[in-house]
Amino acid sequence: METGVVVLIGLFFAVSVYLMLSKQLVRMLLGIAILGNSVNMLIFANGRLTREVPPLIPKHLYTPEFATANPLPQALVLTAIVISFSFFAFLLVLAFRAYQELGTDEVNKMRVAEPDDNQTPPQGY
Amino acid sequence: MAGSSVSVDLTQAMVTAPVAAGDWLIVAPSLITMLGGSLCLMLRKNTELQPKLGIAFLALLVLASLALLVRVLDYGVITMVMGSWLPPFGIALTVDALGATLTLIGSIVALCAGIYGMATVDGTGRRYGFYPFLLLLMTGVCGAFLTGDVFNLYVWFEVLLISSYGMLILGNDRIQLDGAVKYGVLNLVGTNLFLIATGLLYGIFGTLNMADIAMKVSALENPASGTLSTVAALYFLAFAMKAAAFPVNFWLPASYHTPNVVVSAVFAGLLTKVGVYALIRIFVLILPDSLEYMADLISLVAIATLLTGAFGALAQSEMRRLLGYLVIAGIGAMLAGVVVGSIEAISGAIFYAVHSIIVMTALYMAAGIMSYMGGSYDLRKLGGLYQKNAAFAGVFLVLGFAVSGLPPFSGFWPKIMLVQAAFNDGWGWLGAAILVSGFLTTLAMGRVWIYAFWRGGPEGTPDGTSIAIPAGSVVQLGGAAPWIPLGILTALVIYFGLQPEWMIELSTQGAVGVGAGVDDPVGYLRSVFGDQG
Repeated sequence: METGVVVLIGLFFAVSVYLMLSKQLVRMLLGIAILGNSVNMLIFANGRLTREVPPLIPKHLYTPEFATANPLPQALVLTAIVISFSFFAFLLVLAFRAYQELGTDEVNKMRVAEPDDNQTPPQGY
Repeated sequence: MAGSSVSVDLTQAMVTAPVAAGDWLIVAPSLITMLGGSLCLMLRKNTELQPKLGIAFLALLVLASLALLVRVLDYGVITMVMGSWLPPFGIALTVDALGATLTLIGSIVALCAGIYGMATVDGTGRRYGFYPFLLLLMTGVCGAFLTGDVFNLYVWFEVLLISSYGMLILGNDRIQLDGAVKYGVLNLVGTNLFLIATGLLYGIFGTLNMADIAMKVSALENPASGTLSTVAALYFLAFAMKAAAFPVNFWLPASYHTPNVVVSAVFAGLLTKVGVYALIRIFVLILPDSLEYMADLISLVAIATLLTGAFGALAQSEMRRLLGYLVIAGIGAMLAGVVVGSIEAISGAIFYAVHSIIVMTALYMAAGIMSYMGGSYDLRKLGGLYQKNAAFAGVFLVLGFAVSGLPPFSGFWPKIMLVQAAFNDGWGWLGAAILVSGFLTTLAMGRVWIYAFWRGGPEGTPDGTSIAIPAGSVVQLGGAAPWIPLGILTALVIYFGLQPEWMIELSTQGAVGVGAGVDDPVGYLRSVFGDQG
């Protein structure tokens, strides 16, 4: 099962890198969203994958009888999902505002902060 | 009720002894700023009260981090685990001399920015949350300096990143939106790389506690194995992006000149240095072997960063973009210290980080005052500032000397330590690059001073006398507010230049604490795991 998940993670990374290499800001943002999800799956797979075992502790014991799924990566992934989701939401709004103000979503044409005709410093006085 | 009759030995899993009162100081910096940030957020419409509250909380933060530093110097490394679970199960906050020093300097800079913000951030900026963002940014910065857990470090990075986004777009100008898109996308990719590396590290060792990982790495037979070197390379790329090292430095000059100048000042002081701190923490403490096999790569990156920064500064006419390139040059010097790796080099890098935090913030603040006095950030349009305010011209000269590494100011000593360490350990090229970069920085800063201060007026006006400037006609910039922080920071620059022993001692302790030049960072590990560590 791990092999399959690993291949899937690789595919996710490939898709996200391909999208992030685009000139269009919207596609870059989609790439970032997929990147976040591929990182989440990577962490999940790094916690080792097991088949479903209910994490129930019988009354006479202190620990579960069988190995249950590793809860730590799930906690990490949960944190990372919340963070990447909120960042994605922020970036979407930012990109929309930038599109409104700059009139383009092509990153090569976003040259307000770094104008093409950047003046060189004075050479003498 | 099966379990209640059986006695459980809690000492196996939890810290049962009460936490010493002084150790609570570890959580104080993050808690103070979090409380202050939420309070300012609730009062966000009260633009008169907000600055006072913000500054009060930042002053409290300075006091708390000073007390924390004193505590660390008295008692050595302090560890506190959340929920009292024994490490490595609970999230550990571990603070050594390095973390405590940077927290203190960072909070001083934030306090200065809070005061400076009274003058430059108007009502709109305050209503849109300058002070809450500043305080929450400090939550992230302090948390990153004080944590002993890799994933926790990632979370603090995100806390400071989201606050920095808020500060960057404060004002909502076209140019800010453009800068923020580039800053936002690249920094988010950087933190995602950090997270990938952390996930892989967890997959290898099954733990996230830095001290625990450090022990497990040193117990490995083949520390240069494939997976671990992948992790090291990913960490290096992630932190290089955060620190704006060559060739992933382009987001910094694209964005740092767009926001309110006080925001640029905070960013230039703190954000890149958090990246350098994480680099030192991860590479020197946890993955010291990877420093050896990646040394050639990192040294090339350091040299390229030093030169990119210095040449970039020479080519800029806009003051804030010029300063942005100087931030990058400083990062190169710190990277050089990390590559060399001896105690002297690491302490030089730490001292340089302290110096760079103070001097870059002060320079951005000075640039803000220059633009208020001269009406522009462009070197072509500035001029005659010496006649307007000679004392300010002196202050700028001091800062220019300091950032170029000339004596007798704070940049001189860390640079000497770095160059000496580089030559001692056979890294001649690295030492030469630091010197060349310092020379080019001197040229850039000298030119700024000549054009903005020394010549009579802006470009096109005949030299000197053609513009009649009545003596003492300084443009008022919100009264004393911008001058106090600039004065404090300049005083620190001069103090560290004349009395460097204290800071050298402190940064040497920091370097020993992360285990530079020795095999085992005993103090750090023992603090987390007790004597069996």
